[in-house]
Amino acid sequence: MSKAFLRLSEVTKAFGAKVALAGVDLTLGEDELLIVLGPSGAGKTTLLRTIAGLEDPTSGVIEMAGADVRRRSPAERDVALVFQNFSLYPDWSAKKNIEFPLRAPGRKLDEKTIRDRVDWAADLLHIGHLLDRRANRLSGGEMQRVAIGRAIVRRPRLFLMDEPLSNLDAKLRELLRVELVNLRRQLGTPMIYVTHDQAEALSMGDRVVVLAGGRVLQTGTPAQIYERPDSPAVAKQVGIPRINIVAVTRQNGMYATAAGLPLLAVPVSHKVATGMLLGVRPEHVSLQGGEHPATIELVEDTGPAKVAAIWWGGERLHVLMEKNATGRPGDRVFPQLDPARVLFWASE
Amino acid sequence: MSFLRIHALEKTYADGTRAVKGIDLDVHEGEFIVLLGPSGCGKTSTLRMVAGLEIATAGRIELDGADVTTRRPSQRDVGFVFQFYALYPHLNVEENVAFPLRSTGVRREEVMRRVQDVGRRVGLTGLEKRYPAQLSGGDKQRVALARAMVRRPRLYLMDEPLGSLDADRRLDMLEFIRVQQLESKVTTIYVTHDQHEAMSLADRIVVMSEGEIRQVGPPAQVYEHPRDLFVAKFVGSPGMNFVEGTIHALGRSTIFVPHHGDVVVPLPAAPVSGPATIGVRPEYVRADDAGSIAGEVVLEEYHGSHRYTHVKTPCGPIVMRSHSAHVVGEPVTLSFDKCSLHIFDRRTGQNRRYCHV
Repeated sequence: MSKAFLRLSEVTKAFGAKVALAGVDLTLGEDELLIVLGPSGAGKTTLLRTIAGLEDPTSGVIEMAGADVRRRSPAERDVALVFQNFSLYPDWSAKKNIEFPLRAPGRKLDEKTIRDRVDWAADLLHIGHLLDRRANRLSGGEMQRVAIGRAIVRRPRLFLMDEPLSNLDAKLRELLRVELVNLRRQLGTPMIYVTHDQAEALSMGDRVVVLAGGRVLQTGTPAQIYERPDSPAVAKQVGIPRINIVAVTRQNGMYATAAGLPLLAVPVSHKVATGMLLGVRPEHVSLQGGEHPATIELVEDTGPAKVAAIWWGGERLHVLMEKNATGRPGDRVFPQLDPARVLFWASE
Repeated sequence: MSFLRIHALEKTYADGTRAVKGIDLDVHEGEFIVLLGPSGCGKTSTLRMVAGLEIATAGRIELDGADVTTRRPSQRDVGFVFQFYALYPHLNVEENVAFPLRSTGVRREEVMRRVQDVGRRVGLTGLEKRYPAQLSGGDKQRVALARAMVRRPRLYLMDEPLGSLDADRRLDMLEFIRVQQLESKVTTIYVTHDQHEAMSLADRIVVMSEGEIRQVGPPAQVYEHPRDLFVAKFVGSPGMNFVEGTIHALGRSTIFVPHHGDVVVPLPAAPVSGPATIGVRPEYVRADDAGSIAGEVVLEEYHGSHRYTHVKTPCGPIVMRSHSAHVVGEPVTLSFDKCSLHIFDRRTGQNRRYCHV
């Protein structure tokens, strides 16, 4: 990570008896895209609003570029927020919407500077041809581009994005996801991007913070979060199809399911473990080479790969198959786990 | 014999909008059909005509051999789920789910058993006594789904039923719908703009655009053998890569020369020479030192089990699915799997290789 631009220490936020943030620590590099991933109610939006200065933290420290900003107004913090709902002035043109922040009373920019900045933003976002169109005549994707234009035009020190793509069609989301990452890179401005979409989290972020119930469960690169999740809760947040988690007990040197099906040998390093949670991603289960039979319940063709749901010793597992695999519902198969890729956690 | 037959079906609204322009579709009993397309393609109008919520301007709808084109919804015995749930606010969750079984002659104990069973499957356990006003949007949608699926009508009709759910919940619900339908064998028509849902659920996908059917087929067929440029673009995420150029016969082989870049792409024997657009899915693009397309990695998207690597090449941006990491800024040479290339007619958009399937 580059030098830290933003640092949160022990930040809590309570609304009456309801605790939205319960001691959040977080750092953001000067040139970093940090994803905050979590389900609804995790505290993601409160976190962004607290950083922006729209909420005061109940306790804790927020520093930007080394300075404590808790007493600074949102304007003084100089951050730009983009929301899920496009929040444009519907009767204004795209251009008027974009230049609005540049005409704020404190700014005193001359007309040429304003025009140059709007053109620069429009160019980056490929919306030059839409500048004169009224906001309510734009499509969803165009509106969100204009909203992003309005955020970048004043060159803030920090971008805060609150699920900006979740109201868009799947196709458009995919496109804008890539555009946003490239745009941020060109601008070199740090960004915190909040989402509940695991694909966005894994593919866009330099690092990911997994948030649940107002707490940080884990922080790491996308690969760390996916391949070495600290807990089942983190493991379940990323990966489609979802990771398989099976409660196992030790029996004769093997880990076996509740129904007594031996899954794999207990690793040598496991000394005393009795009950464990075993996690294995669908791509680390194969449907042949094992000793114990399973039955395929469903096969889903996702295009580049297939996904099978199988019943195996009383457990239901998802398995990723090659796109030309031939398994069909009802088939008997002999699954095998890749021992090198299996994860273990203490049972709760 | 088909169970649901749609013949020359048309819908023109009072304002002159031609939403559906004469479509034909035969659905077998027990089949799961997904109508897939962008907004405005006519998929919802089609579903509403099958439901009886709209009356067709022309054409016929036959259900189980009977002409139902002008029958009322209640006379068609169909179960609906819509994107925007409509629950009875004065009934609790259990009563909402049980509602369709009222006055159907099903015994009370059987009603309760079915309600609990479907409630458990959609994840409503613990919420049975709550009222709609006390539920989140996602929970309401699950109640609507449970209410539709508690009954076994002749047809299930679903219009983007997962639209308002969190990504996480969606996966569970997709599987629930699929398993439930496989068990009940109730013929289902499901409308969505999300190609992932379509691929996951359908026995056959019906791709629609501008009031017309573009292609009908099992997911793998629509994905691997798109009939035209529209289908190729709409199905698949990330989408197919396209390169514009010209096909030349060169001795006994055929090559493709992109408009931009000093590159030659070998082609399988192509029926015609001349201008064309070629298409290749990201999983058929390989990093290959012997490849003909030199480019530079501009972005890498990590997805856990695989990656999508975005490469800038002289003939345009190309996305490659891979299992190994690539570094942004590094040069890379690409090749396309010749057998999986699609050749689209520049003028009509038809896939010239479609007939070879």
